[in-house]
Amino acid sequence: MEQAPAHIVHEPHPEGGGVREIWKVTIILTVLTLIELALGFSMIGMTNVTTKHFIKGVILILMMAKAFYIVGYFMHLKHEVRNLIMTIVVPLILFVWFIIAFLSDGNSYNNLRNRYNPEYKERTSQQAPPREEPKPSPEKQ
Amino acid sequence: MATTTAATAPKYWNGGKSPFNVEYGKLMMWYFLMSDAFTFGSFLIAYGTTRFATNGWPNPNEVFSSYPFKPEGSAPAPLIFVSIMTFILIISSVTMVLAVHAGHKMDKKNVVKYLILTILGGLAFLSCQAWEWNHLFHEGAWWGRNPFPNADGTISTTNFTNFFFTITGFHGFHVFSGVIINIIMLIMTLGNSFERKGHYLMIEKAGLYWHFVDLVWVFVFTCFYLI
Repeated sequence: MEQAPAHIVHEPHPEGGGVREIWKVTIILTVLTLIELALGFSMIGMTNVTTKHFIKGVILILMMAKAFYIVGYFMHLKHEVRNLIMTIVVPLILFVWFIIAFLSDGNSYNNLRNRYNPEYKERTSQQAPPREEPKPSPEKQ
Repeated sequence: MATTTAATAPKYWNGGKSPFNVEYGKLMMWYFLMSDAFTFGSFLIAYGTTRFATNGWPNPNEVFSSYPFKPEGSAPAPLIFVSIMTFILIISSVTMVLAVHAGHKMDKKNVVKYLILTILGGLAFLSCQAWEWNHLFHEGAWWGRNPFPNADGTISTTNFTNFFFTITGFHGFHVFSGVIINIIMLIMTLGNSFERKGHYLMIEKAGLYWHFVDLVWVFVFTCFYLI
């Protein structure tokens, strides 16, 4: 089933960088993850919302860099034929619009709800009662 | 429009050649992963939209602050356990790449070795995720039940736990199916199926699926634990 029909010819497939490249990308991914975790730790207890948003933005950029390395080198996409790369990458560009549109939509929904639904604003301002110790076994499902 | 490395570029679209220079199964695996990427993307964006639309939200550093065998009364340890899970999955991805690489060289012994390591990594990740779920369950969290207050102390929404369990559950299911696929690959390798065929291309396709699972975890872990 996965053997190419006899009359289709494949060009010799470029192998990429070999084991050295694999370890290089592993180190890069590890470093990116460690930086992300350090930034996450730095946000603990931080009160300045603007700084927090900035750090979250940096974490998102690092996440995209990790995605690029995993898809490009581990999944070998960088070494494939250019048109194949395009059939994968171009539809994923849709995500940019997807994320912006929906997050802004959610934000607008929140603003409108707070402005026009006083019951919602009041209900979500109620402080939660202090948590007791979790019971040994939760109530029935 | 082919990539050119020599003076004579291969003409991919004149017939007789595979235009993308990959076999059918691999191309279809890529397109399946695209569809799966949109599924997970939709889930995560729904999570983001809901979070943006909600007034308060629990602080993940307060919710996810434990690890197995944590001593009673010790200081909360946010991000520690999930970092271990992330590294387990990244390393299992590396061993998978090495397995595929060994497959290119028809090196059966190393394919077996790296496949076993990848399977063990996947099982370790699943165990960690199961522990995390069990721990949260015993704190009172489940679909429809959220015991954690928002960061500002207000009563929180069950959307928090609903999204968490649904998305990590979906991801965990993909890890589980990936482990099953890798076990099947291991059995096929040990049974010399690939030696007989003369190529280890199926391992490459399984590798693509496994890397996708790792990639989704990168996004899930960032959205739920970091930001």
